[in-house]
Amino acid sequence: MAIALETQVVTKQYENAGQAIRAVDEVSVNVKAGEFVALIGPSGSGKTTLLALLAGLLRPTGGNIFIDGSPLWQMSDKDRTQFRGEKIGFIFQSSNLVPYLSALENVELMLKLNGRLDKSGREWAKELLDQLGLKDRMGNLPSQMSGGQQQRVAIARALVHEPAVVLADEPTASLDTERAYQVVQTLATLIHAQNRAGIMVTHDLRMTRWVDKVIRMTDGKVAQIIESKGEIEAYSRGSEH
Amino acid sequence: MVTDTIQNQVRTLPRNIKKRRVQIGLPVSIHLALKEIWRNKGRFFLISSVVALITLLVLFIAGLTEGLGQGNREYIENLNAQLVVYQDKADLSIPTSRMSLATVRQLRQVEGVEAVGAVAFSNVSIPLPGGKPPLKISLIGVLPGEPGEPVVNQGQGLRSKRADETVIDAGVAQRTGLKVGDVLTVRSTVGSKEQLYDLRIVGIAPSSQYFIAPSIFVPYITWDKVRPQPLATSQTGEDPDVSFNVAAVRLNNTADAKAMSKTINNSVKEIIAVDLQTAYENTPGYSAQQSTLGLMRIFTLLIGLLVIGGFFRIQTMQKVAQIGVLKAIGTSSASIAFSSIVQIFSVNSFGVVFGALLTFGLALGLPSAVPIRFVGSAIASSLIALLVIGPIGGLASIQVLLKAEPLRALGLAS
Repeated sequence: MAIALETQVVTKQYENAGQAIRAVDEVSVNVKAGEFVALIGPSGSGKTTLLALLAGLLRPTGGNIFIDGSPLWQMSDKDRTQFRGEKIGFIFQSSNLVPYLSALENVELMLKLNGRLDKSGREWAKELLDQLGLKDRMGNLPSQMSGGQQQRVAIARALVHEPAVVLADEPTASLDTERAYQVVQTLATLIHAQNRAGIMVTHDLRMTRWVDKVIRMTDGKVAQIIESKGEIEAYSRGSEH
Repeated sequence: MVTDTIQNQVRTLPRNIKKRRVQIGLPVSIHLALKEIWRNKGRFFLISSVVALITLLVLFIAGLTEGLGQGNREYIENLNAQLVVYQDKADLSIPTSRMSLATVRQLRQVEGVEAVGAVAFSNVSIPLPGGKPPLKISLIGVLPGEPGEPVVNQGQGLRSKRADETVIDAGVAQRTGLKVGDVLTVRSTVGSKEQLYDLRIVGIAPSSQYFIAPSIFVPYITWDKVRPQPLATSQTGEDPDVSFNVAAVRLNNTADAKAMSKTINNSVKEIIAVDLQTAYENTPGYSAQQSTLGLMRIFTLLIGLLVIGGFFRIQTMQKVAQIGVLKAIGTSSASIAFSSIVQIFSVNSFGVVFGALLTFGLALGLPSAVPIRFVGSAIASSLIALLVIGPIGGLASIQVLLKAEPLRALGLAS
């Protein structure tokens, strides 16, 4: 499998009261196409900061980030914004849908941003929502849907434009356990089926049961990478107990 | 189960949408702007209604400014003369200025002067039938056939200096229903007593308001008889020594008004000659009234600016997180800013058009006594100002959304 996302000794350092704080400290990881990775760690371990760096929303203090082979931080701001719209799919914690667009319009927005909203694009957006069990909800506004349904719309929006990488920031934070399982399982299924590279930040270790790799961060550093299926399962089961 | 459905149905993106093709629908910025307006119709209609009310107010003020201004200056502005001559000590005040026929004769001797007419102003009223309140009018005494007497568009002009006849303006004709050949009764006062005078209408002139009142024109000796007077005077066969207010001077070369006013001032003692604009701008209360109404108009526009600016700024601040998400998923700041401009322009334009229609609808029902006049240039300038204040007011909100960070989508901020 080709590497879709790669970081080379990426560092993000802040100055606070004259003291240097490294939120992300020389992190080097890679995620292949078709691979779903969980980024875990305690609060303040730097996982959301790393996600922001990978998304091109936060400039690293040092190191390089490549998405689909392109150096993210060697682009102009304008090019990076366009690149983000083309190559990255986002799923945020909650309330991430545009409130005045229907479910279908929210999904179509990504195609519109990329100049791809033609008839077949619209059909594909509808099909994706259909696959996610939202056939009857396409015309609904986010306020007319449950949290789980909204997150499934967000998954469709994150995947519809064929991104190289899907970044999910605590996508189950506002959901109950059953819906959280459903959302992550759906996301994993689609990432694998569509051969995308997926990274999910989560503090809920039970959600790691559907991922291929777990990266555990502590104090801005990669403390552990778990790739064995058995170990990952044990990890997620252990958290349940 | 949703997941089972997905596992059975998943497929990759169809090949035919991999290439960029002609998009369906509107560009992103316009799409977002119009969808937000459509899905929040109530909120946006409310602000459009406020803009409409501001438009109504601005247009009425503009109409009132023009109507009152015209009511004060119409007679002087349409004088068939180029200069108005005052007594020099009168400080360009028509009621204060006094002038005799001797001065008029001196003015006629000045080279370059074609004709000079004396003009005297007073106020009387016309009793109206049916218990209606009397119509207050300007009584203007003129020298028949000389500058100061208006050009009639029906009937004929005044024929002799002492005949009991009158030329009425269109305003008097419209409000009284009188026509050429009818007898007009005017009510005046002599001492503390009311006195009625009958005047035969010989002609009707275009509207010639003076002092916010329609006018009638009478020969100067008749004027001296009819005008309100402190004591009764008996007119003999000789011409009375009528005291006029000003003289209207028509020049041989109408383009030479400025130079001629200097020549006249140097040639005749104790007078001052000014052009028509200076004359009507010095009509008592005219400048104060116009500047007050102009100020009201500016303040109303400023209120509009603040209302629109405030609304869009508050709305933008409420959706900073949502703008952060839009930026994070790849919407450019330019698209978001343009979307906001489209919204501001749409809401403002709708409000202005709605307000303009409302104004003209209401204006149709206004009684003719209300001094409101809608003039193309004044309305156009007001509408342009109203259309411009929206985007200006919205600039502050655009600054907010340009500064909104996409990092907020992740709950982070730099």
